[in-house]
Amino acid sequence: MGTYLPNTKEEQQAMLREIGHGSFEELFAQIPEEVRLKELHLPKGLSEMETLDEMEAIAGKNHRFRWIFRGAGAYDHYIPAIVGSVTGKEEFLTAYTPYQAEISQGILQSIFEYQTMICELTGMDASNASVYDGATAAAEAAAMCRERKRETVYLSAAANPQVIEVVKTYCYGNGMRVVLVPERGGVTDPEALRELLDETAACFYVQQPNYYGNLEDAEALGRIAHEAGAKYIMGCNPISLAMLQTPGECGADIAVGEGQPLGLGLAFGGPYLGFMAATQKLVRRLPGRIVGETTDRDGKRAYVLTLQAREQHIRREKAGSNICSNQALCALTAAVYLSAMGAEGMWQAASLCVSKAHYLAGALEQAGLSLKYSRPFFHEFVTITNGKTKAILEALERADILGGLPLNENEMLWCATEKSAKAAMDRAAAIVKEVCGA
Amino acid sequence: MKLIFERGCEGQGCTLLPECDVPAVELDVPLRKTPLRLPHVSENELSRHYTEMAGQVHGVNNGFYPLGSCTMKYNPKINEKAAALPGFTGIHPLQPKHTAEGCLEVLERTEQMLCEITGMDAMTMQPAAGAHGEFTGLLLIKAYHDSRGDSRRRKIIVPDSAHGTNPASAAMVGYEVVSVPSGADGCVDLEKLREAVSDETAGLMLTNPNTVGLFDKNILEITSIIHDMGGLNYYDGANLNAVMGIARPGDMGFDVVHLNLHKTFSTPHGGGGPGSGPVGCKEFLRPFLPESPFGRPEHSIGRVKAFHGNFLVVVRALAYLLTLGREGIPEASRNAVLNANYMMEKLKDLYPMAYDETCMHEFVMTLEPLKRETGVSAMDVAKALLDYGIHPPTMYFPLIVHEALMVEPTETESRETLDEVIAVFREIYQKAHDDPQALHEAPVGTYVRRPDEVQAARKPVLRYAFTETEK
Repeated sequence: MGTYLPNTKEEQQAMLREIGHGSFEELFAQIPEEVRLKELHLPKGLSEMETLDEMEAIAGKNHRFRWIFRGAGAYDHYIPAIVGSVTGKEEFLTAYTPYQAEISQGILQSIFEYQTMICELTGMDASNASVYDGATAAAEAAAMCRERKRETVYLSAAANPQVIEVVKTYCYGNGMRVVLVPERGGVTDPEALRELLDETAACFYVQQPNYYGNLEDAEALGRIAHEAGAKYIMGCNPISLAMLQTPGECGADIAVGEGQPLGLGLAFGGPYLGFMAATQKLVRRLPGRIVGETTDRDGKRAYVLTLQAREQHIRREKAGSNICSNQALCALTAAVYLSAMGAEGMWQAASLCVSKAHYLAGALEQAGLSLKYSRPFFHEFVTITNGKTKAILEALERADILGGLPLNENEMLWCATEKSAKAAMDRAAAIVKEVCGA
Repeated sequence: MKLIFERGCEGQGCTLLPECDVPAVELDVPLRKTPLRLPHVSENELSRHYTEMAGQVHGVNNGFYPLGSCTMKYNPKINEKAAALPGFTGIHPLQPKHTAEGCLEVLERTEQMLCEITGMDAMTMQPAAGAHGEFTGLLLIKAYHDSRGDSRRRKIIVPDSAHGTNPASAAMVGYEVVSVPSGADGCVDLEKLREAVSDETAGLMLTNPNTVGLFDKNILEITSIIHDMGGLNYYDGANLNAVMGIARPGDMGFDVVHLNLHKTFSTPHGGGGPGSGPVGCKEFLRPFLPESPFGRPEHSIGRVKAFHGNFLVVVRALAYLLTLGREGIPEASRNAVLNANYMMEKLKDLYPMAYDETCMHEFVMTLEPLKRETGVSAMDVAKALLDYGIHPPTMYFPLIVHEALMVEPTETESRETLDEVIAVFREIYQKAHDDPQALHEAPVGTYVRRPDEVQAARKPVLRYAFTETEK
């Protein structure tokens, strides 16, 4: 069996004797006999070598695709080598939430830098230190907008279905009403939004680029939301923010998103990163940790967790959110990624995404698929497959390519990033052509 | 330390991405007008920046970390190695099942082992942290009552010694919090509990051992009082490290539990996250669980998170479970309890214990007498510990104990370390009497000293202010 106990059996016995206990049994005397466990049915413990063997064997049952043309909320981007080298530093890895500012300046400052970078990306005034993922960020943002007579959350139906589901779950909890605003032609229908919004509207959430990869007229949608007195929340892909109008420029009150593209691996869905930023007016409604700058006793610049009067450990049931642990190490990852990329690198990544996705779309069209929408898109798009979805995916899989996500037997959602090599896209198109031609 | 924005200069950077190998496409939509101001630093500069910052962080690897209720045990290296396997890190969450069988096996085997340890029948790995687990567990309770048309149950009973997340989670599911006072023995006051329950009680949230480090011996009676009134019992697993393999919440009358893999199951805290907060439940609540890769239960509450939870954290916990196995799991708990009692016994002549009896994995001292005698507060003692390279215990919690310091040594500390720390505590006690001013001044050797939190909150500076010339 493996163990991480430093004390030997002899030391344990000596310690027990020293504190006046004859046995371990006595230490647990307060636990009633009726609830004592008789036998724990687990396998025998393993040595380190055996554990690694076992974990490698399990990992070996997965197939890691050489080429990934699938996104839908999790994106295959290049991760600079420096990222893992920083996040693997054991001080960052093994520390707790930085309550003790004196011995946590490294973490606190890194969060402050992260907050600044998120503000820069989104064009908003203030960011928190992260939440669990993009979906919970959307749900927390919706809860931030609640007012006494405004308790309805409007969600674009063109948002990621998992995000919609998470917002609905949170609203089942807190009692807010959810209304879906239909899409038309692959984007949110502005007329429908105008009609649906009423005086109970707390907020409207739109995703940019949306689930189908299409670009929304985010500025116009924001105006409609504001005209009805609702807050405007944008859920954004962070890579696209290097290129597209910022939420700040679109008039958003809150910007959220899934930060996974900023240096986090696919990792079967987590850990990822929920980023959240808001206008000055809403700062004190942001959930979770926030780091602020101050000075110490000697007048030296210092960083601390701040505005804690918002949080659960102070306000208990009156807190706006229960969040305690967040995704700090993932926020650090994003900060290192953004620092390594710089503004130019981010522009380059966004621009490669756009160019490659359009190339892939063109190649697939030539191979016999058609594009479902004829709108500007970022790095994802939907094709119509004429009932060939299953056959296409199987054929691609044989070539070690993960094809687009099947939306149904007739439609697929594809994605390209800077990692999508031209040769691989050509190969995918050739395979699709073969399937469609047959 | 310089901020990353204060390092480097325009033109510096890293070369990371290749040139475009397909025709460049420009989008015909409005683009961002605000310049994007990100750091411009070379890789060397960037690397040194974070190395300097890591030097100003105290992790479990740097020294003793007796943060009560947080279980800062050692984070085994093999867990990190397992979580870094490309066969896990490179898997898309929406891959076809037959290409992700290893990931599914991780979820399934971890679930089985954790169900055995908690005495539960089913589990979801979706929640990303303890508080997220609480929220999920309470939604299961709410959905259960709603499914029976029992919708007037809108009150949740929470002891006054509970973590702040408990009442905050209850509020997030629309429940009214009924706080019950603890008895003089630090445990739930049965009379007060009976007065608090009614046919409007949705359930009870409890940690056991509780936040003062005691196992509530009346646990079966407590859970029966709730069950008899039609309510459900929720187990906050924050303190499970005391009783793994020794007693199970499922056998104590609990219907739902959440675990903190980042506490009990040795996964690192990462400076505040990511954690993982699986929620287990009894068979009758299984139909309400969130969707999993294995399917969507009939009356599912829906998703609480995209995809399948903080998967790589679960991978680490599985490596830990496999390593410890049936002998190592209870042995870890026994030694966590031994270490806590050892420290408590060796300190209680100077630092009065809030509840002077055999504790579980942690204990709470009250520094009220010390403060009265010397003016030295729990805060002063905590700050003095920093100069010895020790992370302070949890301060001013639980709220029912004045000038509280809550100490949880964990099982992965040696007797040698405990003896050294005990000596430090005793030295500080002496100093409090000899030279209290020195403790008000503490810490003296840290990079910064007692930053002004009031100023930070009054005039919030939450981001770097670029100067006009910077772009």
